[in-house]
Amino acid sequence: MKFFFIFFAFFIKSFSVISVEPNEILSDVNLEKRAKIIGEQLRCLVCQNEDIQNSNADVAKDLRKLVRKLLNEGKTNKEIIKYVHQRYGDFVLFSPPVRFDTIALWLTPLIFIFVLVFIFFRKR
Amino acid sequence: MKYLIIVVIFLSTFILFYKGLKNDPKAVPSNLISKDIPNFILKGLNGKPFSNQDLSYKGIKIVNFFASWCPPCKVEHEHLMNLSKNYDIYGIVKKDTLENIKLWFEKKGNPYKKIGFDNDGLTSIEWGVYGLPETFIVSKSGQILYRHIGPITENNIDKIVDIIDSSL
Repeated sequence: MKFFFIFFAFFIKSFSVISVEPNEILSDVNLEKRAKIIGEQLRCLVCQNEDIQNSNADVAKDLRKLVRKLLNEGKTNKEIIKYVHQRYGDFVLFSPPVRFDTIALWLTPLIFIFVLVFIFFRKR
Repeated sequence: MKYLIIVVIFLSTFILFYKGLKNDPKAVPSNLISKDIPNFILKGLNGKPFSNQDLSYKGIKIVNFFASWCPPCKVEHEHLMNLSKNYDIYGIVKKDTLENIKLWFEKKGNPYKKIGFDNDGLTSIEWGVYGLPETFIVSKSGQILYRHIGPITENNIDKIVDIIDSSL
């Protein structure tokens, strides 16, 4: 049983890296690590809630290449994410920026928890 | 009171989700509306390059992203042929070969004033393109006025013509 779980864990793990093709991987290990971190923050636009790092879609592949190209040019993670954000808008980011029109997204869960805690745990 | 609040929260969430169901997840709004067209230089059809400089003249321009491997692009081709009688259309070919495009133009006609080959897909990213076909209307002063996702069909061609005519 234990063996099965370990096998299963490896199986799942292997899925999470399956989309990046060998020719895409940068020879510099640190840059490739950063590319992975950036790739996991960017949404693939055609595949509904998959990040570009784990998607086989054409546009995700192109975005992965772009991220690696910009890393090679010496851009920072923030600059690269900004670059993609400028072209594809908020939808491409998994965590939407905190702005006046997005503040409800960030505050509603907090208010929700606060209200529930207040209702159920207040002293009678 | 306690349950009323829970019911209100539940109902408002339900209504929000229900409304959200009707949103089209494929209609991602363009972030480039009313911004200048991006810079690009691409290989053209007859050895001449196609770049953003070609779109710098004063006049409304239509920029269409297409490829011969994309079936919906074939659907919209005849509409582009019709539009090309009155408007300037430019094409950016995504990941396709010169031979395929030449063959396609021989068979179905060429509606484009000029085309460029985006072989690595980076120019498409500059325009915020994520699928084919996509069509942009570029203003006289070089800003993106409108982006159309998917093929131009009988159902939406009037809207596109209206947008062009209202900005002439």
